[in-house]
Amino acid sequence: MPPDSTRRQRLRILVQEVAGKPAPEDEQESLFESGLLDSFALPDLVSAIEKEFAVKVPDSDLNPRKFDSIARMDEYLAGHVG
Amino acid sequence: MGAYLQAFGAYLPERVVANAELAERVGKTSEWIESVSGILERRWAAPEETVADMGVAAAGDCLRKAGIAANTLGMLIVSSGSGSRGFPGPAAEVAARLGLDSTPAIDLPIASAGSLFGLALAMRLAETQGDVLVVAAEKMSALIENDPNTAILFGDGAGAALVSARPGRWRMLDAVIHTDGQSREALAFDGTGPLRMNGLTVILQAARKIPASIEEVLARQNISARQVAVFLLHQANLNLLTRVAKSLGVGPEKMFANVQRYGNTSSASMLIAASEWAETNPEPGSVVFSAFGAGFHWGAIVADSGV
Repeated sequence: MPPDSTRRQRLRILVQEVAGKPAPEDEQESLFESGLLDSFALPDLVSAIEKEFAVKVPDSDLNPRKFDSIARMDEYLAGHVG
Repeated sequence: MGAYLQAFGAYLPERVVANAELAERVGKTSEWIESVSGILERRWAAPEETVADMGVAAAGDCLRKAGIAANTLGMLIVSSGSGSRGFPGPAAEVAARLGLDSTPAIDLPIASAGSLFGLALAMRLAETQGDVLVVAAEKMSALIENDPNTAILFGDGAGAALVSARPGRWRMLDAVIHTDGQSREALAFDGTGPLRMNGLTVILQAARKIPASIEEVLARQNISARQVAVFLLHQANLNLLTRVAKSLGVGPEKMFANVQRYGNTSSASMLIAASEWAETNPEPGSVVFSAFGAGFHWGAIVADSGV
């Protein structure tokens, strides 16, 4: 499935809100390795995604790799948003 | 009939290891350690001091506070993920050193959630076994090296709790315990080498599962989080305790915290916290215990003032 530019823009805004800093231009960039988000920001980000996109992320999907970059979040949502 | 928490006990090694001592070793600053964990210092056992040594000390403290002799115990449960050998686990040595020669003593080598699982089992076994002493002892300093993500967190110590069917100070109302082995490699100790932890996975799962288990056990008892007098949680990280409070919609002051002084003592931490809390002569009310750790194992117990 191709990237959803609108969804990625919404994700970018969520990342900025949780991090309190601008999201990276590169949508493939790791948000954790870059230091933008720490381990305690990740639960907030997942909660924000659930609220914004009206999805429930099951515990079995609580894998940091799925939320490591804007691109990966978009890919995850592509398979879970109706 | 029911189960009651009669008393708690604790033991902390003498040696205090402040952040400044660790900072150089892990290539970070004291301030960084405090900001990511809330920890200011932790205790480390002496080189010759064992898990069983600490467990016996905490057990003795608990039995003194309960006013009973060890030979009246009906069962001993010892939780430790940092015992010095595969088998027998420390339960056999703790039992022997308490003077027990036929009382069943079992090990729970599941690390951080071990004391919670021990209490949940004791709650159900007290009616048939008699008084059950739950001991949790950890020598986490033996499991760490210089990785800043783990070396700063852990400390050594032991806690204990006496559970019985006799009416006592806190009545145990309900318990929920869970295990999900899908992420078992996210936090593990292989017997040699340092403990391994994927902090992102652990925090992400803990931040969801701890509040969920608390809400689960409270809902079964028709108690709201706001009605709870105190939350006695596994002392993993001060930031995690604050986050759990936020998820439950309660103030952070409801979370009893001593992780600042002792670090994360794995399964011992919840019982050390309970012991310190009990020493404050707390007001009557509902009490929630909760823990999450390697496995993953997690759960929650609710109790209220007994007699």
